[in-house]
Amino acid sequence: MKERNILIIGGGPAGMETAHQLKQLGLHPIIIERNDKLGGHLAQWDRLFPSSDDAEELLEKLKEQVEGIEVKLNTRVVNIERQGQTFHVTLSNNKTLDIDAIILCTGFDLFKAEKKQEYGYGIYNNVITNAELEKYFKTHQDERINDPKRIGFVHCVGSRDVKVNNTYCSKVCCATALKQACEIKDEFPEADVYCFYMDLRMFGKGYEDLYLKAQKDFDIKCVRGRVCEVSENMEGKLVIKAEDTLLGTPMKMTLDLLVLMCGMEKADGVERLQAMLNLNSSSDGFIENSNPFTEMNCTKEKGVFVVGSCTSPKTLPDTLSEARSAAMEVFNYLNDNGQQTTDNSL
Amino acid sequence: MIDFGFSISKSSHINMDNVDLKLFNRLESLNPDIKTCMSCGLCTATCTAGNFTDVSFRQIILMLQRGKEKEALQKVKKCMMCGKCMLVCSRGINTRNILLSITRIYNEEQSL
Amino acid sequence: MIVEGKQKIWADYQKDIPDDHYFYVRSCIRQSFFPGSEVTFLDITRNKLNKDFYESAYHTTCGGIAYHSDSIPQETAMTIIARQFALMHECGYENYVCSCITSFGCYTETLETWHEFPELEAKIRQYLWDSCKKEFAKPKYLAHASDIIYKFRHEIAKQAKYKLVNAKTGKPLKVVEHIGCHYSKMFPSKGFGGAEYPHVLVGMIEAWGGEVVDYPERRQCCGFGFRQYLVQANRGYSISNTHKKFESMEPYEPDLIITNCPGCPYFLDRWQYVIAEQTGKTYGKNGYGIPALTYEEVAGLVMGYDPWDLGLQMHQVAIEPLLEKMGIEYDPKAKYKGLNGKNLGSPENPVNIKIV
Repeated sequence: MKERNILIIGGGPAGMETAHQLKQLGLHPIIIERNDKLGGHLAQWDRLFPSSDDAEELLEKLKEQVEGIEVKLNTRVVNIERQGQTFHVTLSNNKTLDIDAIILCTGFDLFKAEKKQEYGYGIYNNVITNAELEKYFKTHQDERINDPKRIGFVHCVGSRDVKVNNTYCSKVCCATALKQACEIKDEFPEADVYCFYMDLRMFGKGYEDLYLKAQKDFDIKCVRGRVCEVSENMEGKLVIKAEDTLLGTPMKMTLDLLVLMCGMEKADGVERLQAMLNLNSSSDGFIENSNPFTEMNCTKEKGVFVVGSCTSPKTLPDTLSEARSAAMEVFNYLNDNGQQTTDNSL
Repeated sequence: MIDFGFSISKSSHINMDNVDLKLFNRLESLNPDIKTCMSCGLCTATCTAGNFTDVSFRQIILMLQRGKEKEALQKVKKCMMCGKCMLVCSRGINTRNILLSITRIYNEEQSL
Repeated sequence: MIVEGKQKIWADYQKDIPDDHYFYVRSCIRQSFFPGSEVTFLDITRNKLNKDFYESAYHTTCGGIAYHSDSIPQETAMTIIARQFALMHECGYENYVCSCITSFGCYTETLETWHEFPELEAKIRQYLWDSCKKEFAKPKYLAHASDIIYKFRHEIAKQAKYKLVNAKTGKPLKVVEHIGCHYSKMFPSKGFGGAEYPHVLVGMIEAWGGEVVDYPERRQCCGFGFRQYLVQANRGYSISNTHKKFESMEPYEPDLIITNCPGCPYFLDRWQYVIAEQTGKTYGKNGYGIPALTYEEVAGLVMGYDPWDLGLQMHQVAIEPLLEKMGIEYDPKAKYKGLNGKNLGSPENPVNIKIV
């Protein structure tokens, strides 16, 4: 049987794990990644919920697994033309590839915090994002984080919010917030740390333990209620307003640091790929898969597959198990096709 | 002073900057299990006294955290110490002991 | 504070309004509260900027006060508005500009509602015909009068005689901007700068040399709130809102408050007297209050209009400290002289706030 080329678009955890599994199955995966390195958002993260595992350790493991696999960095798809079972793919380096199956591992973009104007991100100095805090944990360089005495976390920023056109839950922010709250408390033990949540969605293995640990061992104060507005006082400190919805009373407080838990959004540029491949979006803007139970990795186009958070917000374990299931899906598809090709050639 | 027929009312906002949590922190250090409350409401739903009065263990804790001590202590008075809330609490909080601690800590402060 | 962040939002919220040929409609209450404002607006636009701003004597209230105090249903308010649009149409204009923020809110809300529910527009068309035998055309452009001053703020700066600068120290005056709720809170895209960081007054302050104060309760309502004020028993809510704002802006020591709504300057001005009577506290220096002016009055001051022609003697809070700071020449003796030198009579002197 001739070598089967599978194009994996996106070199984050989804793309890397899918490539690894396909290689194990004897196929020939090619990863193209628009950035200059593999890893996606994982490469920007310091520790992973629920147990604060080292993100770099996971990244290194995924990277080891793709050793020997063809990876094209700084590369984008320019054009895709389908001829029967084969996709003729033109890349941004003007090379063309003949591909048997395409897997979209395009991931997500973090919600752009400045869109929630009332939180003053990009206007008030001490308003930062979850990604920036994670970067701080990695580098310990951020002049905005300067021995804060009172810190707030706002859950659901850009999620469950019709005003920014995202009505879905981003799934990972509750656990990330409590993880980061514990970590920053660990760093600044004198600080009061508040989490402003609407529901705490601690659904996964070890998540509820994280919640309990945050309350008991780290004294994280969870307030049910969304922050409605942020302003700055004379000293450059932040003044926030929220309702304590469990008490039914509006409250305000001064903070030294406010962390916005930006949710997930459809990745920039993915619409262009969808147009080339004739793929639909679901109502939340993410790519639509064929069936959420039985064909979660398939799309309405035969030979085009999806893995990870390009179809909806996902945790890393979700994404990695989808990558494994997608590899099997692709393997079966190519076998069926191979069968057909043999039949036709007879 | 001129009587205008109306006057400046206090803001309904709780200003956490002005809330003194000294007593609550003492309560919490004696009863660290308070921190694990997740406001499920079991204590209030099952409360014998709560059937007829406004006592609510959940609300008492929340009010103390937000500096509404007077209102909280009014509620504490209505507790009959039957122990049902301790029986049901899904976080295993020692509610009886906490109520006794509240009475001790906050009343001590008042008598000083 | 990162100004670039705000500038980005300001660039995103720019609306397209023409620079000439407007049908101008006045506010019900501004002419008695701040009698120089509207006439100054017309003088600036017509005679200083040489624009065509037309007004009709047949224009009435927009119904906004009655609507917001639950005295008339929305359909009635819409029919009144339809009649104003009919007047504009009859006078041969397509661009509509109103002096009042609540009118602006009512007009915007009406046009948006008609856009979403055309059957309602048809119904109002019928009501207008039945009641007035008039037909209306919707304006092509709707603007608030502060949008016009904003649009020409740099031209006004060019013609300015004074700046929002302390003439003695050369330092910019610290100016609080207060936007009427109905300017852009309901429809952020209809206001210059949007709803969270409106630029309409900030742009004027900066163009005329002042420094903008961004304080924690900036977004808070002035306290008018219609029913909160109109029912005497509710006025505690009204003054409490105002009090909250002053407490929040106090540490910044503002020299001036500039507003674009009929209610806001009135309440930010008059309640300072009541707060002083109730608490003994004043928010300006040396027992004075902080002057709360309309944007037309501020434009007039920088352009060198006589303060008493602008009607600044009608303010509760003494305006003189501001005039001194800006180095504006004025005749203290002429303060309570009306047209033709007629004596208007002078107000009583309150104990807790200086008015002269």
